Amino acid sequence: MSMNNQGRPTAAGDAGSAFRPKTFTGNRALDMEEPLLFEIGRLDVTGVDLDEPEAFEAELGAHARKSGIGLPGLSEPETMRHYVRLSRNNYAIDAGLYPLGSCTMKHNPRLNEKMARVPGFGDIHPLQPLSTVKGAVELISELGDWLMELTGTSAVAMSPKAGAHGEQCGMMAIKAAHIAAGRDPKIVLVPESAHGTNPATAALLGFKVVTIDAKEDGTVDLASVKKAIADNAGNIAAIMLTNPNTCGLFERDIMEIAAAIHEANAYFYCDGANFNAIVGKARPGDLGIDAMHINLHKTFSTPHGGGGPGSGPVVLSDRLAPFAPLPFVRKSASGLEMVETEAGLKDGEKPFGRMTAFHGQMGMFVRALAYMLSHGSDGLRQASEDAVLNANYVRVGLQDLMTLPFGVRPCMHEVLFDDSFLKDTGVTTLDFAKAMIDEGYHPMTMYFPLVVHGAMLIEPTESESRAALDLFVATLRDLVMSAKRGETERFTGAPYLAPRRRLDETRAARAPILTYQDPVPAMVTPAAAE
Amino acid sequence: MRYLPLSDTDRADMLARVGVSSIDDLFADIPEAARLKGLVNLPTRKSEIEVERHLNRLAGKNVAAGSVPFFVGAGAYRHHVPATVDHLIQRSEFLTSYTPYQPEITQGTLQYLFEFQTQVARLTGMEVANASMYDGSTGTGEAVLMAHRVTRRNKAVISGGLHPQYRAVVEGLSNLSGDKVVSLPADPTGTEDILAAIDGETSCVVVQSPSFYGQIIDLKPIAEKAQAHGALLIAVFTEVVSLGLIESPGAQGADIVVGEGQSIGNGLNFGGPYVGLFATKQKYMRQMPGRLCGETVDAEGKRGFVLTLSTREQHIRREKATSNICTNSGLCALAFTIHMTLLGEAGLTRLARINHANAVKLKKQLSAIAGVEVLNKAYFNEFTVRLPKPAHDVVEALAARGIIAGLPVSRLEPGKADLANLLVVASTEINTDEDRAAFAAALKEVLA
Repeated sequence: MSMNNQGRPTAAGDAGSAFRPKTFTGNRALDMEEPLLFEIGRLDVTGVDLDEPEAFEAELGAHARKSGIGLPGLSEPETMRHYVRLSRNNYAIDAGLYPLGSCTMKHNPRLNEKMARVPGFGDIHPLQPLSTVKGAVELISELGDWLMELTGTSAVAMSPKAGAHGEQCGMMAIKAAHIAAGRDPKIVLVPESAHGTNPATAALLGFKVVTIDAKEDGTVDLASVKKAIADNAGNIAAIMLTNPNTCGLFERDIMEIAAAIHEANAYFYCDGANFNAIVGKARPGDLGIDAMHINLHKTFSTPHGGGGPGSGPVVLSDRLAPFAPLPFVRKSASGLEMVETEAGLKDGEKPFGRMTAFHGQMGMFVRALAYMLSHGSDGLRQASEDAVLNANYVRVGLQDLMTLPFGVRPCMHEVLFDDSFLKDTGVTTLDFAKAMIDEGYHPMTMYFPLVVHGAMLIEPTESESRAALDLFVATLRDLVMSAKRGETERFTGAPYLAPRRRLDETRAARAPILTYQDPVPAMVTPAAAE
Repeated sequence: MRYLPLSDTDRADMLARVGVSSIDDLFADIPEAARLKGLVNLPTRKSEIEVERHLNRLAGKNVAAGSVPFFVGAGAYRHHVPATVDHLIQRSEFLTSYTPYQPEITQGTLQYLFEFQTQVARLTGMEVANASMYDGSTGTGEAVLMAHRVTRRNKAVISGGLHPQYRAVVEGLSNLSGDKVVSLPADPTGTEDILAAIDGETSCVVVQSPSFYGQIIDLKPIAEKAQAHGALLIAVFTEVVSLGLIESPGAQGADIVVGEGQSIGNGLNFGGPYVGLFATKQKYMRQMPGRLCGETVDAEGKRGFVLTLSTREQHIRREKATSNICTNSGLCALAFTIHMTLLGEAGLTRLARINHANAVKLKKQLSAIAGVEVLNKAYFNEFTVRLPKPAHDVVEALAARGIIAGLPVSRLEPGKADLANLLVVASTEINTDEDRAAFAAALKEVLA
């Protein structure tokens, strides 16, 4: 008999037994509890071999540190184990379907990581002589060309560090353009379904936000836009609109909205969070947008890294191009030039300022360009088509059991359900999400967009195979049927099988603990010492 | 296409299941006039080999810092990063995870963010820290906005020792949001009278130490005067390793501390991605921008972590949010935390001493050259020298000899005659005696 049974059971086993041993360590086999660094590290331990400098003479003035810092260290093997164990408590796209609507959790090719780490990209300083970084300048220019071509625009600001930073950049360019024209409009129109970053960005720059209602079908109401323009004649700076929108729908009236905005001497800012649905199918510039940020981490697959870093270049129309912030790459007869200060400007260039020190997220530029080159014009279009096809495939697999707030119709790259199918089941939207965790899925985006009660926004992306979608749909169908059968315990106590049961978020907010405090040693009284 | 799992058979079957006859039926909402008929004017797909070849060709046109004697700092520093750091951050569970919105299955991210916040608070000598900002410069802009919220004033005073590109970020933001900024002239030696600029309308004073020019600044009297006038001191640093050796800004009375964390765990990357560090006093916690991770318990009473105080944030407060930020530099913060864990207090202190010792050696070698004057008396691993001719020309001449010599101040402050001959040089643990000797010898020749 072979020693290697290849995982086949050697005996019937006790699969039916409910016995769960309570372990001494609190670990559950591969699922291990890991203390905080501050509980296991020591102040005199280091995992880095560094020698004391010989003949140390300080020239610090009177500024030498007088007290300890409180930073415990771990040796290299301890460090490895600590962070490997932590990593195993994380869900990740490489481990399974991550259907977070509007977040676009797609495959992150490791080729991108490899190229970003080439010393000629990863190990160059933003302020070393420009004569020694010609390839970096060329790469920024090349990526910018791809972005302009894909969006049908004529300029791009590369330096914004994330999507919301890109929104800020676009709105700063719009504000600068108004000021240059001798105008000072105060109002920005924002649909109620917009990402919260849109109104926050407008407010940051001193604009007043006027909310635009959605129509019954989930798209922006052109009549409401026109009315808001009329009500605030001469005082509209811009509209900030997401397209495809956060309900997973393409704004059919977008060209009419653009025309109305332009007629009012205002600008059209498009939130590009969902650009990945239409790459290679339509160009935002052709739709009339003046500025749009592109989340390189969403559309072009730079990894989300547990919440960042992102990168948010902003494409700009002819009208806004002169206001693009420093620094920028200029093409001239003699080649590419990096313009870093106002001293380098030519006539007509009127940058509103600077978004960040240095040139932006170069590491993300390399990854995004590697992704674009790998796909090419044909592959990028195919990726959009597959993303949209996958979302619609999920839609038709679930629409008889879950509820579509805007009726049965094709969606773009994400499909929006609401929670009316859970009515009278005793199961909340949150419970439903937590039960998905026990099935091995990261839940979809919950409670967003705000325009829909109990929103559930599913974005499978183009990275999922048909088999993966079939299993996902079958799982959700089972959960829905279970909820309808009244099996509430499966939901209200979920998750049962995750590294943690449901966490008390209210407690965290009521008395916030944001840093680790060393325990105060218990007072040793004479009685205790005895 | 190697990244796309659907086969043509899958696509045909799925379209039938969806009930449409072609994929374009799903894009029917796009106005006809704007629908692309063919491919955009870009190259078609490339194999992995071809992509590598193309990008390696571009990379080959750059001089990697590690391949030459290298002395540029000015906000980004080349340090040695242990191999373990990059290995760990490339684990799929960290690299390809999203914002930890479902805490039960993202405790890995949340626990390291809690560790990060604790490390940053302790380093800066503050009570609370957030889960990171985009970088030090944008963090500085956010700190100024936060000071405006706290003080309900809107006049910021900016020290002449602040990195010029950080200053530009603050000025750009303030100009367009209607706030006032008083920027003092460039200050290479740290002798400006910033106290005179503080008055009853001041919201905050922004001071960098060590300054852009390398000078360590005594923050205490500035904190005292600012606070006496109801203003906040925002202390900025670009070289976090300096905190291993010099007194923390918190101990000197700063109200908000913001800085660049790139030095620990993160490469140069031509300027990004980096990791902004942001810390403040407990009483200002709810005015702090960015994400926060907090400790709590789960339904079984086990310790766990969640994102918290989100009622300050854009997704709930929309136009009333403390900032529009909806991300952090998660992976860069992880790299910081792992590297800092490896260093520990013992390692960080030694790293800081090596950096300082190397800078002291470099200063001695450079100041021995005729016509070269070192301007700073108290510095960490970076200082400013005045050359007898324009620094830009000298740097180009040295680059031609294979030495990357530092930053000519004129690159960021063009057209200012008094700054044209200034060169900011940095020396970290990566510089060897040979590097310094080569630099000094070449500089001597170029100046001769």
